[in-house]
Amino acid sequence: MVSRRLKWLAAPYILWMGVFVVSPLVIVTFFAFTARDGGFGLDNFLQLRAFAPVFARSFYLAFLATAVCLLLGYPFAYALSRESARVQGAALLLVMLPMWMNFLLRTYAWMNILENNGLINRFLGNFGIGPLQLINTQGAVVLGMVYNYLPFMILPVFTVIQKIHASLIEAAQDLGGNARVVFARVVFPLSLPGVLSGITMVFVPSASTFIISKLLGGGKVLLLGDLIEMQFLGNAYNLHLGSAISIVMMLLVVLCMTVMNRFGDRGDVIYV
Amino acid sequence: MSGELIRLAELSMAYDGETVLDNINLNIKDREFLTLLGPSGCGKTTTLRIIGGFEAPTAGDVYFDGVRINNLPPYKRRVNTVFQKYALFPHLNVYENVAFGLRISKVREAEIARRVGESLELVGLAGYDRRRVHQLSGGQQQRVAIARAVVNRPQVLLLDEPLGALDLKLRKEMQTELKAIQQQVGITFVYVTHDQEEALTMSDTVVVMNKGIIMQVGTPMDIYNEPINAFVADFIGESNIITGVMHSDYHVEFASAQWECVDTGFDPHQNVDVVIRPEDIRLTNPENAPISGVVKSVTFKGVHYESKIEQGDIEWTVHSTAAPVPGTRVGISLTPEDLHIMDKPEEFRNPAAASRESDVLAEEEGTEGGVW
Repeated sequence: MVSRRLKWLAAPYILWMGVFVVSPLVIVTFFAFTARDGGFGLDNFLQLRAFAPVFARSFYLAFLATAVCLLLGYPFAYALSRESARVQGAALLLVMLPMWMNFLLRTYAWMNILENNGLINRFLGNFGIGPLQLINTQGAVVLGMVYNYLPFMILPVFTVIQKIHASLIEAAQDLGGNARVVFARVVFPLSLPGVLSGITMVFVPSASTFIISKLLGGGKVLLLGDLIEMQFLGNAYNLHLGSAISIVMMLLVVLCMTVMNRFGDRGDVIYV
Repeated sequence: MSGELIRLAELSMAYDGETVLDNINLNIKDREFLTLLGPSGCGKTTTLRIIGGFEAPTAGDVYFDGVRINNLPPYKRRVNTVFQKYALFPHLNVYENVAFGLRISKVREAEIARRVGESLELVGLAGYDRRRVHQLSGGQQQRVAIARAVVNRPQVLLLDEPLGALDLKLRKEMQTELKAIQQQVGITFVYVTHDQEEALTMSDTVVVMNKGIIMQVGTPMDIYNEPINAFVADFIGESNIITGVMHSDYHVEFASAQWECVDTGFDPHQNVDVVIRPEDIRLTNPENAPISGVVKSVTFKGVHYESKIEQGDIEWTVHSTAAPVPGTRVGISLTPEDLHIMDKPEEFRNPAAASRESDVLAEEEGTEGGVW
């Protein structure tokens, strides 16, 4: 229990939150419900119907990237949790190392690799294959998302699995569980909190990215992030519409997360 | 208690060259309550884990019902374990924790319900089915762990210091209950503890271990009354251990006096340990006793008084129902049956202890020049 008198120590952050989180939300909401001429209304939201394909594509690609991250990251995190501390340290360093390199630089590097006269196509050209259309595809965008956000899946999953006490696994073996049963009934259910935070940390930035789609999608794979950027900095310039898109996207993300957390709580609910 | 159920034959265990178990030979009979007793690091838990299948011995064999099971994984053994920290599944409620093993063996739902109900009743937790594990007290969690193990009707239940985390009163209650449960379900219990009182209270057979070696196997009364060496005597209850010389059969010298004893078979003038239980010593008038000392302190212990009596270099611990007066001189009187003569402990030395330090050093050097 923190003493009451120390409560004021939280004041700086509360102030920060008020200025930089709450007030921008209020401003964005205000813009979303007003038109250029200053009149209130739902016009901006009614226009959004035209952008339904962009919404669908953004969430679809973010979903794909999250699924790939989970399929790649979970087995890796699980295997790593059974290694010695030294191997774990080295592996985690390798997982995090790219994160310390500039995000743009990493994505530019992928452009170089995937381009029509990039690394892969030049290599394949030696065998008379190609050039294949690798860049400016949905696949390239998903690849960019997976590459950039995979550590955010591995780290929380690894942390949670590693905390599962060895005696729980031994208890499950003792009660007759073979490796498959131990995983399905003990390790996986207990790792769900890590999986959920991993999913959140991959899905949310993937759904709202605009740099990855811009660089690896080449304008052919328009995502919500690009759409919003166009309203604020691009030719379309419509702050009101951009705000409306942002609000709806935020609500959809919150909805996705809520549904998923329900799903994650199943372990608690199912037997009660 | 009938035939042999588990046999450990010339069992040895070493981690990184450090010997943890040294040539263990032990027969565990069907339906007996056997306790592995010893200080921490004596190898008792390792022995239990080898029986459970969580560790494979470096050398030697484990037989179950006459069949060698060295390489049988834990989930195929007809053995269940009650873990030290209970190891209950936090994501499951009490009912599902207990049902865990039955679900794996695909028992029908109605049968599961019946057996889980019976087991929870056995441990006095009927009606707790829907509770979450973290809502239970330590004692209740312990009971769930026992129910979760016995519900599978194993032939052997392994218990690794299961009462260690409970307070004294609860521990005493559970000791009686565990013994009752063992008799009720009629299976073999192999129990690990460092608490000698626990071992004496519950066991049919006590196995005293130290430094990876079995010191003595016997009934609680054997172990208490006829300890085989000073270590066992000291570990099982308090003892006065005094260096003496066994001049000849029935004749020992210690504490600056000559004594008649009942022991034979030592070398002439052999150095020995003389072990005397504090409750066997009678305090008398100093004029009527062969030796005497000054009362340094008297402590009330409930059932008896514990006094420290100083006689030259020797400090005697004495339990008596009457309290001597501190500062006065009292006589110490002993009968031949009170003296337990034993070989000096040098003969029970273990090479593992000596090599331990150098191993740690080698390990630290090994980390240098690694990835970092």
